[in-house]
Amino acid sequence: MSETNLVPWVVFLPLIGLVLNLLVGKRLGQKGAGIAASLAAGLSFVVSILLALGLARDPKVLVTPPLAEWITVGSFQANWAFQVDTLSVTMMLVVSGVGTLIHIYAIGYMYRDVRFNDDPGRYRRFFVYFNLFIVAMMVLVSASNYLMLFVGWEGVGLCSYLLIGFWFERNAPGFPDAENLGNARAAKKAFVVNRIGDFGLLIALFLVFWYFGSLNFGEVFAKVSTVAPGVILAITLFMLLGVTGKSAQLPLYIWLPDAMAGPTPVSALIHAATMVTAGVYLVARSSPLYLAAPVAQAVVTWVGALTALFAATIAVGQFDIKKVLAYSTISQLGYMVAAVGMGAFAAGMFHLVTHAFFKALLFLAAGSVILGLEHAHQVGHDPAIHDAEGEDVPQPVFDPQDMRNMGGLQERMPLTFWVYLIGALTLAGVAPLAGFFSKDEILAAASKTSIWVFLILAVAAFLTAFYISRQIFMVFFGKPRSTVAAQAQESTAIITIPLVILAVLSGVGGAINLPGITTLEGWLEHSLEKNLAVPFTWPVALLSLVLVLVAIIMAWWFYGLRRAHANDPDPLVRYMNGLFSALQHKWWVDELYHTIFVAPYQNLSEFLASRFDLGIIDGIVNGLGDMVRSQASQLRKVQTGYARLYALSILLGVVLILAYLAYLAR
Amino acid sequence: MPVIYYLGLSAAMFVIGILGVLLRRNALVMFMSLELMFNAANLVFVTFASYYGAIEGQITVFFVMTVAAAEVAVGLALIVAIFRTKGSIDVDQISELKG
Repeated sequence: MSETNLVPWVVFLPLIGLVLNLLVGKRLGQKGAGIAASLAAGLSFVVSILLALGLARDPKVLVTPPLAEWITVGSFQANWAFQVDTLSVTMMLVVSGVGTLIHIYAIGYMYRDVRFNDDPGRYRRFFVYFNLFIVAMMVLVSASNYLMLFVGWEGVGLCSYLLIGFWFERNAPGFPDAENLGNARAAKKAFVVNRIGDFGLLIALFLVFWYFGSLNFGEVFAKVSTVAPGVILAITLFMLLGVTGKSAQLPLYIWLPDAMAGPTPVSALIHAATMVTAGVYLVARSSPLYLAAPVAQAVVTWVGALTALFAATIAVGQFDIKKVLAYSTISQLGYMVAAVGMGAFAAGMFHLVTHAFFKALLFLAAGSVILGLEHAHQVGHDPAIHDAEGEDVPQPVFDPQDMRNMGGLQERMPLTFWVYLIGALTLAGVAPLAGFFSKDEILAAASKTSIWVFLILAVAAFLTAFYISRQIFMVFFGKPRSTVAAQAQESTAIITIPLVILAVLSGVGGAINLPGITTLEGWLEHSLEKNLAVPFTWPVALLSLVLVLVAIIMAWWFYGLRRAHANDPDPLVRYMNGLFSALQHKWWVDELYHTIFVAPYQNLSEFLASRFDLGIIDGIVNGLGDMVRSQASQLRKVQTGYARLYALSILLGVVLILAYLAYLAR
Repeated sequence: MPVIYYLGLSAAMFVIGILGVLLRRNALVMFMSLELMFNAANLVFVTFASYYGAIEGQITVFFVMTVAAAEVAVGLALIVAIFRTKGSIDVDQISELKG
């Protein structure tokens, strides 16, 4: 296939964009920097399409000749070589395609964001990081061995860290908004939690290296039957730890909600559409290993299913527009992980693709809402307008992400409303939008695998429809609950055009794997040989549709009918008492982790720092120093400065030596 | 004459030299005492050279005298320099390197 030669360019094009912005970004100007970055991502997408077209003609797994040798020790080899098969190209298409749209959106979004935050100089830096992310993600998905994959894995983690902390000085400790962690600390939290996961992945890679003698996908998978099942189980479980870190699954999901501190395009690209799906990709890529360890498969399934349910319950109790979407992302990732755990790799990948569409859409639309409110808030603070209306300042600190301050945005931001509605219905799984087909495939696979997993996922589907409808009703329906919401403005075309494109993709994205036709399944079967394919089942589909409709009606009854004020308690509080508080406080998991892990660890560190290091280690070193000094002050008296005394001591020394020699010669 | 006489003279000269270095404070006298010790050593060399009929001892004496001459040049220069700065050649006055 002639297009294979192109594959390094999916990495190099964003790299060129990055270097261009880094070196001459100042001269390009603001629009220029954004356009250069978007163009780099877009060209990468074009290359991905060419690769896909080539694969469509001749779909076989191809490993390119190494671009460069990396490690060669004895018979072990790890090279910079790319793997082109239907799985990696699917990921490339999603990453570069959705990535390009989000780049374009960010041109408009960041233009205003850097002005709200009073630092236009950071505009260029944002796009440098963004392109770096595309580079790292492309390395991750196009790797032909685990080591190269790990490089991309860490690279996307780094970009995630840099971009969560993009406004690192905001929400610092002492900021009145107690719910937020502080951007710099949120970034650190994401990084540290991911380290725990990466530790698992590293151990898995060491085990693979030790028992397989190779890290190249092809060689490893060919040897699966020759390695003891226990070893494979250990490898897959350690790998699962890495997956729970990167893909925000139980028990390591806690970093993702705080990662929403990053600018909204970051949340959309990294923390919804692409990076967090790397774990799903890893399991799908390692499918021969997982298929050889049924226990690990069951564990993966259960982790995914429980995460799907757990995160969905938390999402019901959140008031921050992005936090709801964050927990929704965790929950949807749970679906994907459960799917790949059951062996339904194609279903998982299908949901990954559609989720990339509709969750990016939801995040970007939420960003549009936030921009509209921020803008109105700034205008509202203009004293001239304020006096003319004769109103009080609503709150000293206005949170443009708090859904309680919204309401009635349907009329103020009609286009955003419509695309948000499409995204929400897709997420809820209303037929015939994309989410319906992808989620239904997972539910169908679950119904064949385990009734309990199926039930858990069905309940999660119900909650999904409920919390997203709650969000829609709170944000867009009813009357504005704050003066700011009443003055919100629709965003500009550069922001809304990517939204419309994503809305269209969310709407018709299900077409890539319609029941009965299953294009994507057939496409992926070239790289995933053993795939659990479950045909479309009417009872499952009808059940999930009924659940979704009931949830939407319930949400309408709770949130749509009432005319709530911003300070009213949530309507659910009356029916659920303390339970809602538990949801609102995220089941106190952060507090639990703080008590069990963070606080003891901090105490230990405190002990080691102030007691052990300052006391014992420094004590030993300082004691030795003091001892030498006091001994030296005694010994110093020997040096009297009298030359004759020195002469005498030399004489005595010579006499002693001679006497000794004479004694020896005796 | 027996060798012991020469050696006795040499030992006496050496001890006088040592005592001169250790007991006198005048740098010039100490210096002369040093020369005495050199010559005591030289005397031993020639004694044994003659006793064993070997030429090496006598050759060594010339080397020692050459080195001693050089050492005298350096030493006298030092003494002159010390005298210029301190106004005295009393070695006990020069104890600035006391610990």
